[in-house]
Amino acid sequence: MANKSQQVTVIVGGGHAAGALLAALLQGRYPHEVVLVGEEPHPPYQRPPLSKHYLAGEVEQESLYLKPRSLYDNAGYQLRLGVRVEQIDRDSKTVKLSDHSMIRYDHLVLATGSQVRRLTSPGAELKGIYYLHDIADADALREALVPGKRLVIVGGGFVGLEVAASAVKKGVSVTVLEAAERLMQRVTGPEMSAFFCARHRDAGVEVRLDTGVTGFETGDHGRVAGVRLANGDTVPADIVLVSIGVIPDTALAEAAGLACDGGILVDEFTRTDDPAILAIGDCTRHRNLFFEDRLRLESVANAVDQARTAAAILMGEDKPYDSVPWFWSNQYDIRLQMVGLSQGHDQRVMRGSPADKGFAVFYLRDGRVIAVDAVNLPIAFMVGKQLVQRRQAVSPDVLSDPHTDLKSLL
Amino acid sequence: MAKITFIEHNNIEHVAEFEAGTTLMQLAVTNAVPGIDGDCGGECACGTCHMIVDQQWFDKTGEIADDEEQMLSMTPERAGTSRLGCQVKITEAMDGMRVYLPEFQM
Repeated sequence: MANKSQQVTVIVGGGHAAGALLAALLQGRYPHEVVLVGEEPHPPYQRPPLSKHYLAGEVEQESLYLKPRSLYDNAGYQLRLGVRVEQIDRDSKTVKLSDHSMIRYDHLVLATGSQVRRLTSPGAELKGIYYLHDIADADALREALVPGKRLVIVGGGFVGLEVAASAVKKGVSVTVLEAAERLMQRVTGPEMSAFFCARHRDAGVEVRLDTGVTGFETGDHGRVAGVRLANGDTVPADIVLVSIGVIPDTALAEAAGLACDGGILVDEFTRTDDPAILAIGDCTRHRNLFFEDRLRLESVANAVDQARTAAAILMGEDKPYDSVPWFWSNQYDIRLQMVGLSQGHDQRVMRGSPADKGFAVFYLRDGRVIAVDAVNLPIAFMVGKQLVQRRQAVSPDVLSDPHTDLKSLL
Repeated sequence: MAKITFIEHNNIEHVAEFEAGTTLMQLAVTNAVPGIDGDCGGECACGTCHMIVDQQWFDKTGEIADDEEQMLSMTPERAGTSRLGCQVKITEAMDGMRVYLPEFQM
């Protein structure tokens, strides 16, 4: 049992941010009582493989776990899995759980993550329409992806395209429907979008851009039979994956009266407007020292870095979160590594071309590198990270000249 | 059981029992060896599992691919026997291997 002098830290949510927080507390030998409350039956795990190696059946479920459960047990950290926090009472500093138990906290960390954005168009409740957010979703989708079946993916972002690559490799016939004029429009520039579009088409994926979805056709036994498009066409489908983004899960925080605005508002130390409550990961909109603005990021890097900041705060150390955002995606033999945020760039500079083994796009604003997208060219990502961090001005000619050593720019 | 020893930059040793087939990064992470983050889960995308293999064991760790070399070339504290732990598959021949951890990761 907890020593009376011990404080209690309760973590709400069991995703990557929560797992990274536990890992940081373990590493720092945080001596207080820690209770994680997670709705899923699993200890914190990696979500990125759910659309890639795990979906393809190449890795076991346990290998997704960030740490073996025994490590938490040995440290005395409690994992309450399969239950949900239903309410936060900030006055009495207690949380009420779905099993009607209560836990008193000294520190509360909200790591509630995000939920998939759902379609509400006619037929959206039909059998055979899938979303992909957790292990259970991935298990169901994997089972449905039988060679020869027709999969239609609504949404050409990271998740949709990663699933497209995994599914087409399994012999599934794949169509991607994207409402915007190019793939991954929200996160990358037109050169990268065009490159990924070409690679998917080469692999046999049918990609339809500028294609809105208005509903679904009903087949036998309440199963989906097709996807209705805004132009009146229908695309036949045995399986549909809807991957149109996520929305931050702020319901608990809002109900508790914490300041939220498209995410739980936190400062650069992951602090909410209640001194006893921190928030980390996808569910937050944080004050970003680097971009001098409030940002909500959906990424492992953000989840992990905010978790480390929160762990430091809990252990009495104030280390602001000031990392440059970065992301990655794997599709086929392509490793895309991205650093910075390209929105607001006024110039794009290509280094190499899609015909080369690797190439990169540098995004500049006022002559300074603000983001880099690198395809099979890790050095451009690694150097780019430094350039973005330093807000370094670089001549576009130097970036595009394949004979310059990128490292010499630093 | 076969064992690999991880040595922190402050000389604290962590002995990890292994089964062949996992990677050096996974072994360090599942044994809670401090200083090995492996943020990307082993995709050679983040550079946070830098390790320095004891010289006499280095040739047991296999070839360094071009992408790993590019990542390593920007890693602080790069040494002649540096590897990204996620790119090293553990084999039985590594029983007794010693691996040093840098003070900082990417």
